[in-house]
Amino acid sequence: MEINATQHPMDKYLRADRIPHIWCPGCGLGIVLNAFLHAIEELKIDLDKLAVVSGIGCTGRIAGYINTDSYHTTHGRAIPFATGLKLANPEMKVVVISGDGDLFAIGGNHFIHAARRNIDITVIGVNNYNYGMTGGQLGPTTPLGARTTTTPYGNIEHPFNLCHVAHAAGAVYVARWTVLHAVRLKNSIKEALNKKGFSFIEVIAACPTTFGRRNKMPDALDEMRFYREHSVIKHGIDPAEANIEMGKEIVVGKFVDIEKPTFNDAVEELKRKVKKK
Amino acid sequence: MKNKGEVKFWNGSIAIAEGAIAAGCRFFAGYPITPASDIAEYMALRLPQEDGVFIQMEDEIASIAALIGASWGGAKAMTSTSGPGFSLMQENIGLAAATETPLVIAEVQRAGPSTGMPTLVGQGDVMQARWGSHGEYETIVISPSSPQESFDLIIRAFNLAELYRVPVIFLTDECVAHMYERVVVPPKEEIEVVERLKPNVPPEEYMPFKPINDIAPMATAGMGYRVHVTGLTHNEKGYPMTTSPEVQEWMVRHICDKIRRNEPKIRDIEEYRMEDAEIAIVAFGITARAAKAAVKMARRHGIKAGLIRLKTIWPFPEPYFDNIADSVKKILVAEINYGQVKLEVERSVHGKTSVELIPKFGGEPHKPFEIYEKIKEVKNGN
Repeated sequence: MEINATQHPMDKYLRADRIPHIWCPGCGLGIVLNAFLHAIEELKIDLDKLAVVSGIGCTGRIAGYINTDSYHTTHGRAIPFATGLKLANPEMKVVVISGDGDLFAIGGNHFIHAARRNIDITVIGVNNYNYGMTGGQLGPTTPLGARTTTTPYGNIEHPFNLCHVAHAAGAVYVARWTVLHAVRLKNSIKEALNKKGFSFIEVIAACPTTFGRRNKMPDALDEMRFYREHSVIKHGIDPAEANIEMGKEIVVGKFVDIEKPTFNDAVEELKRKVKKK
Repeated sequence: MKNKGEVKFWNGSIAIAEGAIAAGCRFFAGYPITPASDIAEYMALRLPQEDGVFIQMEDEIASIAALIGASWGGAKAMTSTSGPGFSLMQENIGLAAATETPLVIAEVQRAGPSTGMPTLVGQGDVMQARWGSHGEYETIVISPSSPQESFDLIIRAFNLAELYRVPVIFLTDECVAHMYERVVVPPKEEIEVVERLKPNVPPEEYMPFKPINDIAPMATAGMGYRVHVTGLTHNEKGYPMTTSPEVQEWMVRHICDKIRRNEPKIRDIEEYRMEDAEIAIVAFGITARAAKAAVKMARRHGIKAGLIRLKTIWPFPEPYFDNIADSVKKILVAEINYGQVKLEVERSVHGKTSVELIPKFGGEPHKPFEIYEKIKEVKNGN
């Protein structure tokens, strides 16, 4: 058998001419991308029928590296863009991959309403506890007490528990993993992609450059070590019980997996009912 | 007046909605706002009947984002809004311009600024329709003066959006949107409908932003072209080039020049009694109707007045006004604002003739005699 050593079996999923990527050494986003691509491969999803939509930020750049129809939108607007795309073109599998600030601060309103409507999309929210691209400012997920460039004395705001928000807003699938749980993350992405309705996966990702080094985890491996020592898998737990606090355990697992009619199905049914003959 | 076709008694809002459907619009996302909600309500009723999708979004920011997504999903998409909602849309109007996404925004103007006079007319969003988002770009802005024109011109709005891959703003106003009149709907086969150009090359050769005769063919989601679309400065392939002034120059020139170069083709102006006019009134939307009545009054009194009615406002017909300036002694611009189109007319006549504003500040349209009085004053001053 001839082996082409210049080609990686996953190359076909990437835009080779866009590599190298912009992410820092030790960033968790490579693992998220890897898990996502392996999930697509194992599910044998037709790349021509997959659209990846992202907003702005480090995670927002993921769309640009994946070899599908990919849309890098404005800050916070990935979900409404994806909503329009999916409704106009229901054959597409539509995935939003974006960061915590994009999805839950500037885009928070869109997130809750898409979940409430049960739009048939998958949202992968990468939570690195801060705004990485702009230099490490406070995010809606920054734990109390954590230091960022805009909380030089420590964060005095309560953060969102993203899985709790997703659950409360009506998501039919909610899970949380860290980038240490690469295989579980991949399996969870597969489940979410197969799920009809609004599915949400939170991925806790290391950001040594702008978050870790201000919070006593300056080395890329420090955060991974922290995840290993502090993650606890609790499937089925009420997400309200899974708050994230500085230095405390991180509850991960699949929290929600329910069935509910989707907005997309309701639209199709309505069309059938009232269509002019 | 048109006669061939089905006669309807519609207001401007219904005419916009029906015209949009006739043009092929099958996606509407919007947020309630006075005085534009009628369009959304009507689309909610009609679109599912036509195999289309209506969705009420959480705000106007989401509405236009959904439009851009739907357009890349392959649909012709529209939203409707008024001033405050239009302000919220500015961010993604920039994204639509940068990503060359066809879509139509029906903007029913009310009096501003801010919350202003929600139920009453204004024409203060002319400049915003052109300059509202940051950076350099061009839009096409159309202004109807009647329900019939709301129907006819919204079809043109969709056609121009598809043809030039550009957001088109249908800048109507509270009066025209709420006014009921006779509308003649031509038979379907007589309505010209333009579809966006699609690529016919294999995916590896396709450049989603490389223009052929000004416009690049557009591959939408699922066609197998695996396009990357970004609001960042991008090259012909659609890839971000955020540190290249050369690519920035190419991109900005392209999204502006594709409209600027085609201004004469986009231009739509109606002249009334301009053949020997010494005093020209420039107006659009509801104001043009009062202006027309004023011109008739003036003519009855032997004053050579004429009307220039702008059905397209942007790109501004600069060469047209440069030319007109040679034959008229005075130009009066009537608009329900404190001088917006007036500034453009002034700029375009290059000092060859004087331009004066007949303002209204919102809340009511001009009365014909108010414009006539100004014509008389100018005439007597001559």
